[in-house]
Amino acid sequence: MAEAMASPNPSGGFFHRLANPARFQRLSAWLMPWLVLITLGCFGAGLYYGLYASPIDYQQKDTVRIMYVHVPAAWLAMMSYSTLAISGFVALVWRHPLADVAGAATAPIGAIFTFLALFTGAIWGQPTWGTWWVWDARLTSVLILFFMFLGYIAIRNAFDDRARAGRAASLLAIVGIVILPIIKFSVDWWNTLHQPASVSKLSGSSMDPAMLRPLLIMAVAYMALFGVLLLLRMRLELTRRRVEALQMARAGAATP
Amino acid sequence: MRSRKRQRLWIACIGLILLGAATALALNAFEDNLVFFHGPSDIAAGKVEQGRLIRIGGLVQENSVNKIANTAKIEFRITDGVAATPVVFEGILPDLFREGQGVVANGRLDANGLFTASEILAKHDENYMPPEVVEALKKSGQWKMGGGAAPNAAGGNS
Repeated sequence: MAEAMASPNPSGGFFHRLANPARFQRLSAWLMPWLVLITLGCFGAGLYYGLYASPIDYQQKDTVRIMYVHVPAAWLAMMSYSTLAISGFVALVWRHPLADVAGAATAPIGAIFTFLALFTGAIWGQPTWGTWWVWDARLTSVLILFFMFLGYIAIRNAFDDRARAGRAASLLAIVGIVILPIIKFSVDWWNTLHQPASVSKLSGSSMDPAMLRPLLIMAVAYMALFGVLLLLRMRLELTRRRVEALQMARAGAATP
Repeated sequence: MRSRKRQRLWIACIGLILLGAATALALNAFEDNLVFFHGPSDIAAGKVEQGRLIRIGGLVQENSVNKIANTAKIEFRITDGVAATPVVFEGILPDLFREGQGVVANGRLDANGLFTASEILAKHDENYMPPEVVEALKKSGQWKMGGGAAPNAAGGNS
């Protein structure tokens, strides 16, 4: 924190060096091929183990395989929102342009992960529970998360002034952080149709290792995919803003 | 410059603390209204209104499932280990429905305490196991039928 608050100069703290857009472009260009490699490798291995080489569940039979797509999508939906809220916080407090760009880049990715979690959940719910959708606390709170990503995107597009849009959207992202503990603990605080956590609980995982392994590989694959998409979108947005700035400068130079 | 950043940091942090407190209070007030289903104990204690569309949840009691002759109806009891509620249902059951399984029934309670369900949902528990592991557990006598504990309607799932 103290480092990030130091005055911006090239010899400043780690965050400041990272927050320099030119440096970020170089670092992300170096990181990209590795992230793509991890994404492809883990998706290949995870899908092979999850959809083909792992055992069926004693109750759900083959339906359990939906879990390997559904659970990491839900995790990433929440991770995307954490990224959105932290970006919003840094953008509001320290006015880092890169944090603003990170928030703008994260929102559509988060919306897609959330939609994927809701969609695959419905496909799993129909054969397992006997219904596509119920209004229990877990499902409803994740639907609200989806609307919050959409709301963030809508606010970003609602203002002509990009700085104002960024501040309003960042504020929504920060206020919305309360949804994360509600989603996580909804299955413990209230009785829901959705089952409680299997993997992240104090008494150890209640999932067989043969199923946990492909799930964790898929989780790494999703996280790497998130990294790839986020860096791509951030680089695109930075380039777009640079082009705009150059055009403004040229227009300014043409009219004395 | 530096002091304005610090000021914004303070405002943001205090705002977050207030937001957290407000949310905690709101959730606390919601607590009882956010239940997805009631338990048989709630019905036994008279907490559930008759004739209203409600959901009840629990385990399908062992040896209670019974097909009513000459109709498409089945009857069974839902239990939470303390009390049990008789349920009658006509329709398609989910694949996971069986004795010892957690279910949630949507329907109405009549004056005699009989619950007429219009929809039955299976409740899946948090255990994921291959069938061979279940066989091995059964052989060694460590198997808890139906995932073990009855869902507790008052205090959440666990």
